[in-house]
Amino acid sequence: MSMNLETPKKIRPLIDQAHQVAMNMLRPISRKYDLAEHEYPKELDMLAAMIDGLADSGASEGAGATGVRRDESAAEKPGNKNGANLASVLSIMEMCWGDVGLTLTMPRQGLGNSAIASVANDEQLKRFEGTWAAMAITEPSFGSDSAAISTTAVKDGDEYILNGEKIFVTSGERADSVVVWATLDKTLGRAAIKSFVVTKGTPGMKVERLEHKLGIRASDTAVITFTDCRVPAANLLGSPEIDTKQGFAGAMATFDNTRPLVAAMAVGCARASLDLTRDILKQAGIEVDYDKPAFNQHAAAATFLQLEADWEAAYLLTLQSAWMADNRTPNSMEASMAKAKAGRVGSDITLRCVELAGTLGYSETELLEKWARDSKILDIFEGTQQIQQLIVARRILNLSSAELK
Amino acid sequence: MAFDPVKSVLSAGGKHGLSENEKRDPIGLAVAALNKLAQSDLIDRLGIRRTSEQTVFRVTSAGFKTAGAAGRAFARAGGKGSGSRVPAAQPTGLFDLTPTEDEQMLVDVVSEFAAEMVRPAAAEANETCAAPEELLKSSLEIGLPILGVAEELGGIATERSAVAGVLVHEALAKGDLGIAVAALASGAVATTLSLYGDEQQQATYLPAFAGEDVPAAALVLAEPTALFDPFAPATKATRSGSGFVLNGVKSAVVRGAEAELFLVGAELDGEARLFLVESGTEGVTIESDPSMGVRAAGLTRLVLRDVAVEEIALVGDAKDYREVVASSRLAWCALALGTAQAVLDYVTPYVKEREAFGEPIAHRQAVAFMVANIAIELQGMRLVTYKAASRVAQGKDATREIALARKLCSERGMGIGNDGVQLLGGHGFVKEHPVERWYRDLRAIGLMEGAVLV
Repeated sequence: MSMNLETPKKIRPLIDQAHQVAMNMLRPISRKYDLAEHEYPKELDMLAAMIDGLADSGASEGAGATGVRRDESAAEKPGNKNGANLASVLSIMEMCWGDVGLTLTMPRQGLGNSAIASVANDEQLKRFEGTWAAMAITEPSFGSDSAAISTTAVKDGDEYILNGEKIFVTSGERADSVVVWATLDKTLGRAAIKSFVVTKGTPGMKVERLEHKLGIRASDTAVITFTDCRVPAANLLGSPEIDTKQGFAGAMATFDNTRPLVAAMAVGCARASLDLTRDILKQAGIEVDYDKPAFNQHAAAATFLQLEADWEAAYLLTLQSAWMADNRTPNSMEASMAKAKAGRVGSDITLRCVELAGTLGYSETELLEKWARDSKILDIFEGTQQIQQLIVARRILNLSSAELK
Repeated sequence: MAFDPVKSVLSAGGKHGLSENEKRDPIGLAVAALNKLAQSDLIDRLGIRRTSEQTVFRVTSAGFKTAGAAGRAFARAGGKGSGSRVPAAQPTGLFDLTPTEDEQMLVDVVSEFAAEMVRPAAAEANETCAAPEELLKSSLEIGLPILGVAEELGGIATERSAVAGVLVHEALAKGDLGIAVAALASGAVATTLSLYGDEQQQATYLPAFAGEDVPAAALVLAEPTALFDPFAPATKATRSGSGFVLNGVKSAVVRGAEAELFLVGAELDGEARLFLVESGTEGVTIESDPSMGVRAAGLTRLVLRDVAVEEIALVGDAKDYREVVASSRLAWCALALGTAQAVLDYVTPYVKEREAFGEPIAHRQAVAFMVANIAIELQGMRLVTYKAASRVAQGKDATREIALARKLCSERGMGIGNDGVQLLGGHGFVKEHPVERWYRDLRAIGLMEGAVLV
């Protein structure tokens, strides 16, 4: 059989399920928690329990924040695989079609869970099973330049002592634990950066405040300080050795897995805008004709076609990067391509849909304006648009980070 | 053109790219007269040029006319039955971006041909507005015209081969888009006949395409008007006895002067349909129509004046016509992929070698990000095109996917062509480098209808 870019048959039921959840659980409370920023969406506890149940029954195809773990045994069986990575991006698209902010604050589906799944050893994976983990990388003095981390981790017996301040921690208040990136030795650069699982309530860890944001307001974004915060040495994810040859690769492996997920979020959110805008335009008497040349149609229809074309590209780039991960093909460039395209068209599509729907789109009576606010963060976190372009450019041009800064 | 031919001498519009609003004043009129005189050679000024010189058909300049090529006689064969059809491909239900072994082999062969033969011939073919004869002959050996033709009709397709078609179009266009179109044009007609022809049409016309001496043939859908809609062509077919009479002007006709067979879109009873027109038919005129790019395809117009064709001429129904338009648009998307890839492969080493301010320009984000964006947009175009092709191959409705691929390849493909020239700066503007040709070629994507088909 030749190429096939249709949704895989075996993942279809999962997508349908996620769609029903998004439609019947997230959409009805979408505006409520956009307005009630910082209020905990209690409805999600029941949903999380249901998702855990599905995962246990195997019906979820391994999808979810932890679905990004690269199963070594999978490499042994030859042939094309559609696995947990594809299932994860496809179900996340549906959930974010429902609501990005609520999806981000789903218990036990944090980016920290993806980080644990990506780099934890088997013992750690078992120990942290069921935890809800947030991710803390960014500090007040840096954003994209993760190598500039100044939070320190100093070994003391069988503990590490953490000191520093982390900002923009998604679910930082609600999660059970936080994956904190810190350096063992600032003079050794990227290779010395390690991640630590810090459980909530550990003395010395303090949530200082929550941010007020442009979008994804259902999701809490915390500032967390660590003051002589003692963490068991066994909570250091991956290897404690400082391997200067491997450099940043260990920590960065997380991004290869989480970027397709964030791209999927942008794709899902943008589709919500397109679906509703198609309806609104139809009510205004405008339907997109896929046979007729775009210029022979209403300008709104021609614009819609362009938006949908860009959306389709972002959607398929996202599937490609997840499919490569399922088949254990290195995908960091493709993950960045997906994140770059999905991030920028996510903003473009959602903003244009507001414009197409006029004051109806701009008003809080519809969700279009909300999606245009929510989507912006997806072109920023887990690596900005510019960082993704840098990664792609370095790969295509075969240039080092010293050559192409 | 619909412009009124009777005009005041002071009215300048309607030619030379001037709008109808342009008016000459007396000084302008004098300048225009002087210019006319200045353009003529001395012999013209003395009135001694022999008019006979103008009768030779030149495909490199506009306005030359000739009758259709004196083609072979396609001996009528076959009964009244419906034609052979290839089955749809059977999907496994899994997402998969890997081509089959057969497809990969085909791509490897075509890619080598594109690199070794097509690319080196591209610059000259652009100048002469013709693909080299030997090169077109070699393309027959690869089996290009019968790629989409059913096995039992002398072709090599055992199922709907849209994916293989897309991969071949892409690989060939990486060599040169214009030559690719010239080499693939006959296959577009043959594939259409295999997919939609009845028994008589297949038996009459297809053997020639599967043989040694493959006729030049052209799938002709476009017309030279703004906002052309292939589903509402101005070219009309009227019934006459058991046959039809065609009238109209078509454009983007590949190798029109050599073509022996045209498959022409025309309106019949309010619906767009396809008609076979043999080149030697009375009333067929070919006009040279060299364009911005795709020049190696030898583009011409096809003027049909009271062209009478037999009953056998009408191919397929209105739904088939719709599919032909879609499959043709898909083929243009595939061509865009190959050309855009050529741009990326060319600018990548260039920006690493070219130095400014003491270092390669690739070390600057302003340059490097343009290259990254070319790569990102190209891969997006590729996946959207592949998805559309896989749906066509599986017999699924692909109207939406093809429309999206066309829009994307048109916008983003042209963007890549534009950036390709920009990255080379002034060097990109001169013909020493091929990026200016790719810039001109990529403008064709999204406006072309017909000519190629997968």
